Order: sequence, then structure tokens, then C-alpha cells
Amino acid sequence: MIQQAAGIMAAFLELTHIMCPLGWEKPLNYVIEMLDIWKEFPGIVANGGITLQVKEGEIHAILGENGAGKSTLMSILFGLYHADKGTIKVRGKEVDIKNPNDAFDLGIGMVHQHFQLVHNFTVAENIIMGKEGGFVYDIKKASRKIKEISERYGLSIEPDMVIEDITVGMQQRVEILKMLYRDADILIFDEPTAVLTPQEIDELMQIMKNLAAEGKSIILITHKLDEIKAVADRCTIIRRGKLIDVVDVKTATVEEMAAAMVGRPVSFKVDKKPCKPGKPILEIEHLSVMNSKKVLGVDDFSLTIHGGEIIGLAGVDGNGQTELVEAITGLRKVESGHIKFNGKDITMLSIAERNDMGLGHIPEDRQKRGLILSAPLTSNMVIKKFTKEPFAHHGLLDYAEIKKYSEEIIRKFDVRSGEGADSLAGKLSGGNQQKAIIGREITSDPDLLIAVQPTRGLDVGAIEYIHNQLVEERDKGKAILLVSFELDEIFNLSDKIVVISGGKLIDIVNTSETDEHAVGLMMAGIRKDGGK
Amino acid sequence: MRQKGVINKPLEARTASPLLVSLSAVFLGIIAGCIFILCLGKNPFAGFERILFGALSNTRRIGNTLGMSTQLILIGLSVAFAFKTGLFNIGASGQMLVGGITGSILAYYLPMDMPRFIYLPIIIVAAMLAGAFWGFLSGLLKAKFNVHEVVSTIMLNWIAYWIVYDFIPRFIIDPTISVKSKPIETVHTLRADWLTDLTAFSTLNYGFFLAIIMCVVVWFILQKTTLGFNLKAVGSNRFCAEYAGIKVNRSIMISMAIAGALASLAGLTYYCGYSNIMEMGKMPNEGYDGIAVALLGNCSPIGIFFSAIFFGILKMGRGSLAATGIPTEIADTIIATIIYFTATNVILASFWNRIFHSSFEKKEEAAVKAALSHGDNTPVSQMTKEKFKAYAKEGKALLKEEKEVR
Repeated sequence: MIQQAAGIMAAFLELTHIMCPLGWEKPLNYVIEMLDIWKEFPGIVANGGITLQVKEGEIHAILGENGAGKSTLMSILFGLYHADKGTIKVRGKEVDIKNPNDAFDLGIGMVHQHFQLVHNFTVAENIIMGKEGGFVYDIKKASRKIKEISERYGLSIEPDMVIEDITVGMQQRVEILKMLYRDADILIFDEPTAVLTPQEIDELMQIMKNLAAEGKSIILITHKLDEIKAVADRCTIIRRGKLIDVVDVKTATVEEMAAAMVGRPVSFKVDKKPCKPGKPILEIEHLSVMNSKKVLGVDDFSLTIHGGEIIGLAGVDGNGQTELVEAITGLRKVESGHIKFNGKDITMLSIAERNDMGLGHIPEDRQKRGLILSAPLTSNMVIKKFTKEPFAHHGLLDYAEIKKYSEEIIRKFDVRSGEGADSLAGKLSGGNQQKAIIGREITSDPDLLIAVQPTRGLDVGAIEYIHNQLVEERDKGKAILLVSFELDEIFNLSDKIVVISGGKLIDIVNTSETDEHAVGLMMAGIRKDGGK
Repeated sequence: MRQKGVINKPLEARTASPLLVSLSAVFLGIIAGCIFILCLGKNPFAGFERILFGALSNTRRIGNTLGMSTQLILIGLSVAFAFKTGLFNIGASGQMLVGGITGSILAYYLPMDMPRFIYLPIIIVAAMLAGAFWGFLSGLLKAKFNVHEVVSTIMLNWIAYWIVYDFIPRFIIDPTISVKSKPIETVHTLRADWLTDLTAFSTLNYGFFLAIIMCVVVWFILQKTTLGFNLKAVGSNRFCAEYAGIKVNRSIMISMAIAGALASLAGLTYYCGYSNIMEMGKMPNEGYDGIAVALLGNCSPIGIFFSAIFFGILKMGRGSLAATGIPTEIADTIIATIIYFTATNVILASFWNRIFHSSFEKKEEAAVKAALSHGDNTPVSQMTKEKFKAYAKEGKALLKEEKEVR
């Protein structure tokens, strides 16, 4: 009897084992299907027949270079654009999404790259904004629901915390809560890790897994392959508006995915010769700088950068990097301390004088600071030296010389545009805008090049190119200060890593003698000797 | 063959030019004027005929219209110059008064037997310097204390107003009419005998030629000089200008000073050429009209020249409207309506762009059809312009045929 029962049991188990994969195959009823989507803009096919199918409860990554059509595709799903051709099905039913409200009603929520929160409101107030429900709203009831959701997904958010008091990582979780509060079960994350520390990234990854385990479907837009590898189930790769492949992340390698995205094999490691530091170029001595809130943004900061080395400044966004860079370049007044450049005190010099002495700066915000978008490339290329020979004679501009010079930069740095040097800077893609800025700065042959977030929002091909350019400058004996919020980039390029937290220098370490974990802890303000 | 780094510029629908947008605004303004006149139960064609008659029917009237346009050109240039640097000069009225009072006092006190070729440059330079100083004050306030130029220029308008109010009785009063200055002797104004003779005693004066010269000068400064480059950079993106080492505050002060000088020159042509007297307690309206001129002229010197003459016609012709029983305010209403339509130029531009786009799409459809009928598979975005045109024409005929068959 018992043997028989055991046999039946075994057979049953075997059967369920066989059934199991079938059972997993069953939710072939995709929660989102975008079939053969076409969207054309003047001169550009942004989406040329892209198909995206997201299963229920999966984390689905969309990988593609900038301009590959990821944003267009998501904008179509979110109702910001209307597709020229193609069908969208949500939970098997064909839908017409005309605007973001339609998307909301279908349970589609988006966590934007830039948070949409009111800073002096509490978490609860931010979350119920626009959903107050009637003239008198019940904040207590809302708070209970928020707390409940927060506990269920492990978000650790208290409803009565005020936004400006909490970290960026927590703010992002408030954004996620907002979507969950509105009963969204399809969540789109747009480059969610750009502003987070490594530890916060790990937490976010865990949260995404929790959400998926609870049956939410997640679309993750990113260019960071290791994140896809860490959380995603499947990955749709698009290139130049075309669907290239849909891969199972478990079986695909990072190299394969990168190659599919770019269309050729990519090397992630930058080839560098060993660093040969020369004479000190930039000496910062006990520098203190106020931030815009009139408190010390940089506090008693000292650092020396030599020729021929790349110093990577690591830190979470908003810890004094901007103030430090602005103080060095002259955009911000120094409170106390000194800055020496090539042995000369430049603390009180004007921006133009510093530029002329050989200080190059690739600014953080390329569209706000780096370029005049409404002006042609020609003007932008000579913006720092249009008053000097050969671009001007006795106050009159020499357009021929300006054009020749601009075309030289465009050719050397492969800046692609619609109308060459006469194209308006605003009409270039992000990557080409950045190439133009880097071309302008490097062509001026500076002794010190400050590169702030030089590859933000750029595709792998452009990143590779820019990294190589920076290393090339280093090998020519230039000093380079690299400020980046991406630890990969810092580790890849820097000879030494300087960690800044709360405006203070935490430590200076050799890249070869540290790892991401140690730097991550220092970014949170914890020194390796345990002090704070 | 193509230049390296240049992606083949794809064929696309044309976009509305500023000229088309301005002309649409004028057209809509005139339509609105017609509707107003119809509402009053009068004939709109008769109304516009009267305006044109009043402004252009004989050489004297043409001269007066040009005399009126002179101020508008210069004020328009002043406003546009500030615009290009990202500043809003609404203090042209005050700057006009400053130029006017400087010129008037000099005209009163400089010796009558002074040769004109010495006298004229003196008052022109003096008026421009005074206006430059007045504009510079606004720039200084903005640069040093971050006072918005709209606030400071309006304040300075009233300071100029009261200074003039005080200076007229103090220095240049006409004893017979105690609220006006003594009319300036013709030899001490910008008027010239040959111009007066040519236009049968109109108000046309050398100011008109000064205005034309200034159009060229402004164009030259903005397009050809490093100063213009500097100012335009600050106007288009002051953050980038600052980053590039341009002294933004200095540029703001220079730009306001030049704008002030231009408006002040307008004041000189007005008070020492057009009217030749200054009244106590009168703020010149032209300072505000100049904003409309600059807007309608798309802030380009040539555009400003024509839009100023257009406004000059409306302003001079309005007097003749009364004969038909249409109130003269209709002309002002038309000007106001045009300003509204120019200010909403984005809507007008998108209207035209939509029309261009849909006509381009139709052509595209036709072109594709024709191309396919020839077995040509090139996408429209890669066709040459000539080929596209030919195909579009052919395709149109094909489509028409198809329709007829049906």
C-alpha cells in the first residue's frame, strides 16, 4: 500500500515537475504588448517596427544606446506620442493610449529620472497630491495605506517624513510608493540608478525584486549592463529604431548584450599605461566655498593634482562637487583658502584669465553651461576665444577663420550634425553635443581639464570614445580632474580616487588598492579607519 | 562628394519664416479693424482708403509719415538691441525725454551763428551720451543689485519725466505759453531746407537718415563685431557666456547703454526735428510703440525699418479717418490688435507649420506613388529636392486620374 502510494506520489511529483515549466509558460498572456510600432520624425525613423512583450511579474529591461528609440517607445506607451503604425495591447486587450491619464487608468506608472516631489511637503502629502478625493481629505487614512504598502514591499518609508529631510534614495522610493498608491501594476523605471550610491543601488535592486515577486511587472530602461544582469529576467535590445534581439538575461553574457546594443564588440576596460605623475598643476589649499543655500558646500578641502594623472572625485550628487568645480573654474566665490594653478595663485582671477592660463572645463550641464543651443556650432566652438586672433581682428569677427577652426574640431572629433559647422547646437544629439564640447576644450590644449559627468546620458560608443580621449590627454602629461557619480567610470579611468562627502575630503586612495564597496562606504561619509 | 560629418540633410516640410508670421499678424490686425469698422456701421474700405490717403496722398503727407516713422525706427532698434542681450528695455520713453531735453537745452543756449556741420554733431553726440548714461543706470542696477530692468527702466522713466518738468521752466520756457518750451529755431533743429522744400513743409528731417544709418550700425555691431557676439551670447544663454569667461554684468551695462543711446537719439529727432517743442507733463507714447515695432520687425534692423514705416502710416493716417465718421481710435485699435497677434507669434507659426506639414505629406504621398510606378524605391527622405518635386507633380496627376476613373 505504502509503496503504491509512494509510487503514485513519485509519479505525481514527476508530473508536476514536467507541468511546472508549462505552468510558467502559461502566462503567455503578456501584460503589455507593443506590436510592430512605427514612429517617424522628420528625417528619422525613431521606431521602425519595434515589438515589446512584457510578461506578468517579470522585470523586463530595455537596452539601447541614446537615440536608439527607447524613450520614444516608452513615450508612446505612456501616451506622450502617438504611434504612426502598430498596436498596443494591455492585458491582451487592444488599447488606444491618448495621454498619460489613459496610461494611469490602465495601471501604468512611471518613475521618472527627475523626481516630481514638493520638497517641504511630507511623504503622505506628496503621494496623495492630485488624488485627495473630495474637498476634505483624510490624511490619516492615506497614511495608513502608505505605511501598509511600504511595509509590504520593504520600502522603509514613514508617511510623515518631510521630503527635504530624506536621502535621494528614499525620495526615489517615495516615487515608487506614489505609483503603488495609485494601484499601478506596470512600473516603468527610467534610468533609476543615476543618482544613487552603490549601497542604495543594491537596495533598489532588492525592492524591484520584491515588487516583481508580488506580481508587479517592471520595465527597466537603462544602459548599465550589470544592473540588467542583476535583476532583469529578459531584455529587449534595440538599435537605431530597430528591434535587435530579446534575450534571456540568465543565459546571455554582458559582452553579448553590449555587442548587440552597439553593433560591434565593445571593450569595457580602458587601456591605460601606468601613470607617470609630473609636476603639480593644481594645488587646492584649505578651500572653503559657500553653496547656494549660504552654508559651507566645500569645507577645508585640500588636494594636489599632478600632470599626467587622472584624479577621480567620487561622491553622491550634491556633496560639494559642484561648488568645488565652480570655485576652481572661477564661477563661484571662494570663502577662504587658496587655489594655485601652475604655481600661480588664481583664487582672485576672473574666469577668462583662468581659461587663458590653460584651464579646460567640460561642464556638468552641457545644455545649460556648455553650449548656446540657439547658436550655430561655429559660434560655440570659439565662444572662449572669439576676441582673439585669428578669429577677430580689431574687434571684427573673421567668419572664415571661425568656420575653418570649427570644421577642424568637427572633423577631428567626429561631431555629426545636419549642416556641419552651421548646424544649430541644439539640433545635435546629446552625444554629439558632448563631443563638440570635448573637442573645443581639448583643442585649446589645457594643462588641467576638469571633466564633470562627461558621459552622462551617452551611449556606450560615445562613452568609450570620450574615455579614450581623456586617457590620451593624461598620457600627454595633462592633469585631469574627473567628477562622476558613476563609480564604474571613476574606477575605470582614475589613477587616484578622492572621496568627498558633505563638502569634506574623506580620503584619497590609489585605485588599485581599493574596491567599490570601500569607496561606497566613504561616499556615505564613513572613513576606512572607522571614524566619521 | 559630401562634406565629412554632414549627414545628408533630409527633405522636410518648410517652416514658417518670421516674415510670414509678421505679415499674418498685420493681416489679422487689419481684418480685426475691418470688423470693428463694420460694427460701427461704416464701410471698412473707405476707412482704410482714408488712412492711406491721410498718410501717403501727397509729398507733404509722405514726409510727415516718414518724420513720424523716424522715432519709431530708432525706438524699435533700441528695444530690439536690448532684446538681443536678453533685456527688456521698457524705458525708451524716459530715454527719449533725456535725449530731448539735452538737445533742447543745447539748441537754446548754443550760439545761433555756429556752423551746422559743427552744431549738429554736437547735439547728436550729446543726446546719445545722455541717453547712454540713462540706459547704463538700469544696467548698473541690474548688474550690481540685481534690480530687474523692467522695474528700473520704468522708475527712470518717471525720474526723467520730473527732471524735464523741472528743466523746462528753469531753462527753456516759452514765456507766452508757460507749460511749453520755446520752439527751437529751425537752424538749430535737425530739419533741412532741402527736405522741407521737397516735402512741402513736412516734419521730415535729418533724423530719418540718422535712423537709416543706425539700422546699418546696429546690424553691423550685432553681426560683425566681437561686441555683438559677446552681447548675443549673453542674451541667448548667460550661463554659457559666464562659463566661457564673458563678463556678463559688463555686457548688460553696455547693452543697456547702447539701447539708451538709440532711444535718446529718437528723442532728439522728436523734440529737435519733429515737434521742436517740449511740453511739461507729457510722457511720449513712442517709447511703448517701439516695443511693438521691434516685435513686428522680428528684432532685425531691416524688419524694424519696415514695421516702423507701417506703424507710421497708421499713426499719420488716423487723423483723416474722422472725415468718414470713423473714430480715430480705430487706428490705435488696429495697432493694438497687431501687437497681440505678434506677441502670440508662436500660435501663428504653428498654424503655418501645420499647413506646410500637411501639404508636404500630400506631396510625399504623391511622390512615393510616382516613384513606385517607376520602380524607384528610394525613401522620400533621401530624394534630392528636384527629384522629389518632379515625382510629386507626376504623382499628383496619377492620383487625380485615379479619382476620375473611380
